[in-house]
This record gives sequence, structure tokens and C-alpha cells, in this order.
Amino acid sequence: MIRFALLIGAIAAFAAAASAQVPTADAILDRVDRNAVPGSKILVSEMTIHGRRESRTVKSKSWIEGEDKAFTEYLDPPRERGIKMLKLGDRLWTYSPDTDRAIAISGHMLRQSVMGSDLSYEDMMADHKLREAYDARVAGEETLGDRPCWVLELTSRSGEIAYPSRKTWVDKGRFIVIKEERYAKSGRLLKTLEVRSVEFVQNRWLPKEVLFRDVLKEGQGTEFRILSIEFDAPISDALFSKASLRK
Amino acid sequence: MIRFLLKGILRDRGRSLFPLLVVTAGVFLTVAFYGYILGMMNNMIRSNANLRHGHVKVMTRAYAQDIAQVPNELALTGVAALSDELRTSYPDLDWVARIPFGGLLDVPDDEGETRIQAPVAGLAVDLRTSGGPEPGLLGLAKILVRGRMPRVPGELLMSDELARKLGLDIGGKATLITTTMAGSLAMANFTVAGTIRFGIRAMDRTGLIADLADLRRALDMDDAAGEVLGLFKDGIYRSDQAAAVLRSFEGRYAGRQGEFLPAMQTLAEQPGMDIIIGRMRYATSAIVFIFLLAMSLVMWNAGLVGTLRRYGEFGLRLAIGEAKGHVYRTMLAESLLIGVLGSTAGTVLGLSLSWYLQVHGIDVSSIMKNITFLMDTVLHSKITPLSFVIGFIPGLLASLIGTAIAGRTIYKRQTARLFKELES
Repeated sequence: MIRFALLIGAIAAFAAAASAQVPTADAILDRVDRNAVPGSKILVSEMTIHGRRESRTVKSKSWIEGEDKAFTEYLDPPRERGIKMLKLGDRLWTYSPDTDRAIAISGHMLRQSVMGSDLSYEDMMADHKLREAYDARVAGEETLGDRPCWVLELTSRSGEIAYPSRKTWVDKGRFIVIKEERYAKSGRLLKTLEVRSVEFVQNRWLPKEVLFRDVLKEGQGTEFRILSIEFDAPISDALFSKASLRK
Repeated sequence: MIRFLLKGILRDRGRSLFPLLVVTAGVFLTVAFYGYILGMMNNMIRSNANLRHGHVKVMTRAYAQDIAQVPNELALTGVAALSDELRTSYPDLDWVARIPFGGLLDVPDDEGETRIQAPVAGLAVDLRTSGGPEPGLLGLAKILVRGRMPRVPGELLMSDELARKLGLDIGGKATLITTTMAGSLAMANFTVAGTIRFGIRAMDRTGLIADLADLRRALDMDDAAGEVLGLFKDGIYRSDQAAAVLRSFEGRYAGRQGEFLPAMQTLAEQPGMDIIIGRMRYATSAIVFIFLLAMSLVMWNAGLVGTLRRYGEFGLRLAIGEAKGHVYRTMLAESLLIGVLGSTAGTVLGLSLSWYLQVHGIDVSSIMKNITFLMDTVLHSKITPLSFVIGFIPGLLASLIGTAIAGRTIYKRQTARLFKELES
């Protein structure tokens, strides 16, 4: 009986020790990156932008290949229809059918809002792996809703990054970011991200509805919704060229 | 007595002409200079009002709070109805809608690829309505360097310096990249119809003037405008009348909530202008004071010299039995008369010139051919109630005080030495 009690005690102690073991921040970010940055994806999404005066919804379709190539075409509303964007590495072009011109977006323009939303072109461009861009440490654990999370503090490894530090809440079971605060070098909070719903698609968890807020702007933020997504879909390389902007 | 002295002044020009001329000239210059300085100040206020601020400006409450950012997403809507209402309620003012905007100008090469880009700050005004007030308010015809005014949709005026920097000639094409009223990306092609020289450094580096209808289309601002400017029809800013318009307009919206309701600011309340107007008033007062002081000294000196020149006369008058006090008093009375005559003549002449300049102005555009400023090249004076006394009182007092001080020598005059002086 005593032996049995000792055995139970030892098992319980082992289980407690095992559950208390915290994975390293880098390991958590690795899992997040593996989940978030697939080979290729085609997605149809919409943004509902809650401005100070009114709310409006912009619908688009994007073709994304890894971290470096992305092509987006706006489908709706009519004023935005036909506007296209092409990202190749660290370069970005935008095309408007009204002017029939493809113009490079660079410099301070990258910090401008995309379609009046709370997202900037820089935000759109940033598809880098968190593990490579940031040094991270586990700052604690919290439960958001009913989801236990790791709380990570990220500090950029190089100066050339839109957000030199971030505080990120990573779902422990799904390894997706479900809340984030993005800070300037000065420590000022610039943007927040809050995942409203997630979906399990093609063996990976996906944030389906996200609320972005530029805290420097007045307004109720921008809701981003994925309407459909297809992973590892074949995408013609010809799409990722400036010529395709005019087609 | 006064009649006797007056006859003496008029008939003995040897002793009265010089002091009279000095007082007249001094008062004339003071009145004319004061009017000119006020006119210059008005001219500068007029240029600022016409270009940017209006005498009063209507915008949304939210826009007014963030006005330095030119937030077109917070612009006024229903501008046609609002403008009609303003024209009916305040017929003393001209009302014009404008859209200040910022963005990037992209100049293509032969293949349509970006050749060069530059940040721009522009103003959209109604350029194409026949007989509209805007070209005149901005004096565009005078500051046109090359080309012509926009005539068809899609044409704009550009700073000559910016056009040269971007390598754009008349007829050159460029794409304006900016944001719509909803915050979306806006791209619009424009053709350079003409180039202008603003004369304001910041505007010459980045300035554009486009037609309101073109910008409304590009920025998705149908029947909207960032600002509606009200300008008194005679072009003169009157702070009390502007404040009255403001009180009346604000009264309509008092107690109503909503950041997109119209709000009004007078010229003097707008950011920067309060400081400019304060400094200009301070500088004007300082300049006028220094000038007045200098002219007073000249007139005072004239009184002194005039009195001292008559040293022999005092001796003679004392010798024939005139009392020293009587001589002193007649000198003061004479001086007062000269002061009154000179100051009246100087004030009349000064006011005449000021009136002429106020009504007709002087066209200095020929001298400013190579330095074209965005300001009225016809310089005007301005007459105020103070113009009537600003020269008169110093003219009167300065010569009187000069005579009073110099006249004290009468009491030191010894008749015993008179004949010795006359012999020599």
C-alpha cells in the first residue's frame, strides 16, 4: 500500500514537472512560423474599415508565394475594382486602371494606410518569419477567452523593421497568434491585433477574423476576414510580374 | 493779437516759412507713412486670406481640430447647399470652396515607368468656372511664369521650381498619388498647363494648383470640400465684422453634437495667423513710433532753430520796452499758429496721398517682374481715424515745445549788450 502510494506520488510529481516545463520562446515562434508561412496560398478576403465617418468593406483576392511574392487584385467596391498590387521581395507596385500606371510604393508611402484601413503597406509587406526577425522571451502565460496562451516579448534583431518590439499572445494548443501589441522604438503602442475567430483548414489553424487597430487613428479599427483560402495551390510565375498588373 | 501774429507769419516769410515747411513736411510724411504701413499690413493679411485662410473659414469641427494635417477624410459634405446658405445669410462675403491636399507626384518616362517622384502640397480651387473669383483672388495671371491657365479637365498649374526639378515642360504629364476622402489610395493623371512662382519658399518647392472639379473626382469628394472660405467683397479684413459673422454662424449649431457639423474660424483665430497678426501689429506700432519720434525731433529742432535765429529781434523788442513775458508769450502763440497751419497742411496732404493710394494704389508689378510674389502687386494705403491725428498732435506739440525751450533765452537777454552786438 505504501509502495503504491509512493508510486502514485512519483507519477504525480513527474506529471507536474512535465506540465510546468515551458518551451523556449524560439521554439514557440518556430511553430507559429511553420503554421503561418506556407509555400503558397490563394485567398479571397474582405476588410471592413470602420472610419470616423462611416464603415465600408473592400474585397480582394490575393495570390501569395512564400515570403517574397504576392499579387492582390481588389474586387469591390466599384471605385476600388481593378486596383492591383504586386510585391516582389522588398518592392511594391500599385496599379490603378484610371491612370493605367503601375507605380512603385516606397519610402514614407509604405507607412500610408491601405485603402484607408488600419493596415499600412508596410504591414502588408511584412511576411517575414518572426523567429528570424525577432529575439523573443516568454514573459508569462495568460488565458484569453478559454484559450491558454504563452505571452512572448519580441525585440527586433535589426533596426530596419516597422515594429521594433511586440508583445504577442500565442495559443498554446494551436500555435497561432491570437493577440498582439506592436510598439515603436520609443515604446509607444502603435497597433493592436485581435483574432476574433479561427478555423482549421488543410491541417493548420488559421485566424479567420482579425481586428486590426491603428491606435494613433480615431476609429473602430479594421476587421479582416478570410472568405476562402487554398494552401499550396499552383500559381503561375507569370503572375508575379509587372506586366500582369495591366492585364 | 492772433490776427496780428498771423499777419506777421504770412507776410514775414523769412522767419515763418522754414518752420512752417518743416512742420508741414514732417506731418505729411508721418501721416503718409502711417497709412502706407497700415496698407502694407493689410496687403499681407489680404494675401494670406486669399491664399489660405479667408477672412472666415468654415470646416467641420473634426477638421478644425486637426487642421494642420489637412485631413480630407474629415471634410465638409453637402458643400453646394452650405455655400448657398452662406451666400444668402452673409451677402457681404464671397464664399469659395477649396480642397488643400498633399501627396506624391510621379513623373513617368517614355515607357510609363516611374522616372522621378516628389512630395507635393496643393490647393484645389475653382479654376474653370467662367468669371469665377478664384483666379483673381490668387492673382494667378500675375504669377504665371510659363504656359497658360487650365482650360480643360485634367490640367493643373505647378510651381515653376518644382516643374524644373521634375523635368516637366508645359504639356508634360504626371500622376498624383494621394488618398481619397475615405482614405483609399487615389491616383490621377494630370497635364501641366502652366507654371507659377508663388514667392513663398515652401510652396515653390512643392506647390500645385488644380481645379476643384478634378480633385473632387480624384479624391472621391463629390459635393465635398475641406474648407469653405469667406472673404469680404472689398478684400479688407475687419476683425469685428468677422467676429460678428462667426457668432451668428456658430449660434446656429450651438448645443448640437457631432464632429462633422460645420465650424467657423476667423482669420485671426487660425493657427499661425494669430501670431503673424500680433507680430505685425507690434512691428507696425514700433516702426510708426520710431518714425514719429524722429519726426518730432526734427520739428522740435526746427522750433529751436527758428527761435534762436531771432535772437537779435528779441533784443530789439526788449529795448523798445516790450516785456520779456510778452515776447515769450507771443513767440509761443506764433509757434502754435505755425504748428496748427503746418500740421493742418501736412495732415491734408498726407491724407490726400493716402486716400489716393487707398483708392487707386500704386502698381509695382513692373518692378516686381522678376520677383513674382503671391500677393497684390498694387500697393494700397489705408486711412483710419488715427490717421487724422497721428501727425497733427506731434506737429503741434513738437514745434511748441522747441519754441518754449529755446524761448527761455528771452529771459537771459540783456539790452545793455544789444547795441554792442548791433555795432559788431
